[in-house]
Amino acid sequence: MSEAATLPPIVAAIRESRRALARLLTRIENNAAAAELAALYSFGGNAHLIGVTGAPGTGKSSLVNSMAKAYRAESKTVGILAVDPSSPFSGGAVLGDRIRMRDLHGDSGVFIRSMATRGYPGGIARTTIDMARALDAAGFDIVLIETAGAGQSEVEIASIAQTTIVVEAPGLGDDVQAIKAGILEIADILVVNKADRPGAESTVRALRAMLDLGRRAERVMHHGELMSIAAVPSGGEDSAWQTPIVQTIATNGTGVAELLTKIAEHRAYLQASGTQRLRERASLSAEIAERLRDLLLMRLIEQVGAAHLQAIVERVVARQIDPSSAAAQLLAESLQERRP
Amino acid sequence: MAERKIRVLIAKPGLDGHDRGAKVVARALRDAGMEVIYTGLRQTPEMIVEAALQEDVDVIGLSILSGAHMALVPRILELMKAHNLNDVKVVLGGIVPDEDIPILKQMGVSGIFGPGSDTQQIIEHIRKVVSLE
Repeated sequence: MSEAATLPPIVAAIRESRRALARLLTRIENNAAAAELAALYSFGGNAHLIGVTGAPGTGKSSLVNSMAKAYRAESKTVGILAVDPSSPFSGGAVLGDRIRMRDLHGDSGVFIRSMATRGYPGGIARTTIDMARALDAAGFDIVLIETAGAGQSEVEIASIAQTTIVVEAPGLGDDVQAIKAGILEIADILVVNKADRPGAESTVRALRAMLDLGRRAERVMHHGELMSIAAVPSGGEDSAWQTPIVQTIATNGTGVAELLTKIAEHRAYLQASGTQRLRERASLSAEIAERLRDLLLMRLIEQVGAAHLQAIVERVVARQIDPSSAAAQLLAESLQERRP
Repeated sequence: MAERKIRVLIAKPGLDGHDRGAKVVARALRDAGMEVIYTGLRQTPEMIVEAALQEDVDVIGLSILSGAHMALVPRILELMKAHNLNDVKVVLGGIVPDEDIPILKQMGVSGIFGPGSDTQQIIEHIRKVVSLE
C-alpha cells in the first residue's frame, strides 16, 4: 500500500519538494500556517532535535557545519535552523550563518534555513519550535538549531531541543565565568571549540570545576523555573547523565566524531531513562499554557475593544489607576460581557 | 501578530573579493526593516539559487565588480527558472557598463544600481517590486 496516499497533502508536499518546505517555513514564520501545523504534528517525533548555543564568536555556525558534514557521512539527513537577532529598532536583520555553511551546498540531504528572532527573547524566535516540527515532519533525521549568540539568560533552546550543546571558546577571559554560570545549566554536552587556541586546556579545567560544583544545583533547577518536571522519580533526571566536555576544532573537523558519539549516547540515555518523556511533557505543558495565554489575551482585547483599552491606558498614564488594577478591571468587564 | 518581512539574499558571485558594497547594502536593508541573508564572497550561481530556494526570499541582490555579469547573471536567471523561482526579483549592483543595462533588464533583472547609487533608491525599488499580499 502506498504511504503517500495516507499522508496529509502538506506532509506529502514537504517530503517531496524543497520548495514546498521552504514556502511552508515562511508561512509558519508569518503565523499563517495554523491548519498545516495541525496536520503535520502527528507526523513528527522521529528527528533528533539538537540545539547549539553559546556566546557570539565561539564558532557555533562552523560547528554546525562540521556536525552536518559528519552526519551526512553517516547517511543521515540534516535540517538546520540558524537564528540571528532582529534589530530592536528597525525590526530588520542580517542573517549571516550561511557564510560558514558553504561546504553543505549542493547536498540534497541538507536543508538550511536562516531566521531572525523577530523580537522574541531567549536566542530563538517564537516560531522556531514550529519550524523545527516542520523539518521533523519533512523527514530529516537530525534537526540542528543554532541560536543567536547567547549570553546569560538565553536558555529557551533547552525547551525545544532534546540535546542542548553549549559552545565555549578559549580566550574569552574571566567574563567567561559569568556566561558559564548562566547557560551552563542547560548544557547536556559542553563543547570547547577552537581547541587549538592557547588557553583551551584551562577553559576545559574551569568548566570541569564548574560542573563539579554545579552538580547539586543542577537538580534543583529542574524543580525550579527552567524545567518544572512534576514527577521526577528519586534518583531520576541527571543522576545518570554526566555532562561531558568535548574539545573541537570546528574548522577542520577535529573532535566532531567524538561529539557525535556523545550526542548519540545522550539520546540513548534520554530514551532509556525516561527523561525524554518527562522533559517533553514539561515543555509541552508550558507551551500549551503560553499559547493559551496568547489566545485568551487576543480574545479579551477583541472583546473589550481597542478604544476602551486605550482609555484605560490613558487612566494609568495619568496615575488614576495602577497597571495591576487596570488589568483586573479589564478582565472583570470581559467576564461580565459574556453573561447574558 | 508578526508582520510579513521582506527577505533578501545578498550574494557576491564570481571571483572578485570586494564585498564592501554588498555589506553596505545589507546593512541599509536591515535598517529598512528587511531580513537580509548574507552569504558572502565567491558564490557560484548554483549556490545562490539553492540558498534563495531554501530561504524563500523575495529578492536576490547580486554584487558583481569583476565584469563577469554577462556570464553570471544569465546563468543565475536560468537556474531560477529551472527551480520555478519565477516570482523572485533580481537586483544587481556593481560595475555594469551602460550598454549592458538594457540587455540585462530584458533578461529579467528588475533593478541595476551602479557606483554612487543611494541605498534609499535600492530600498524603494525593492519595496515597489515586492508585492506583499
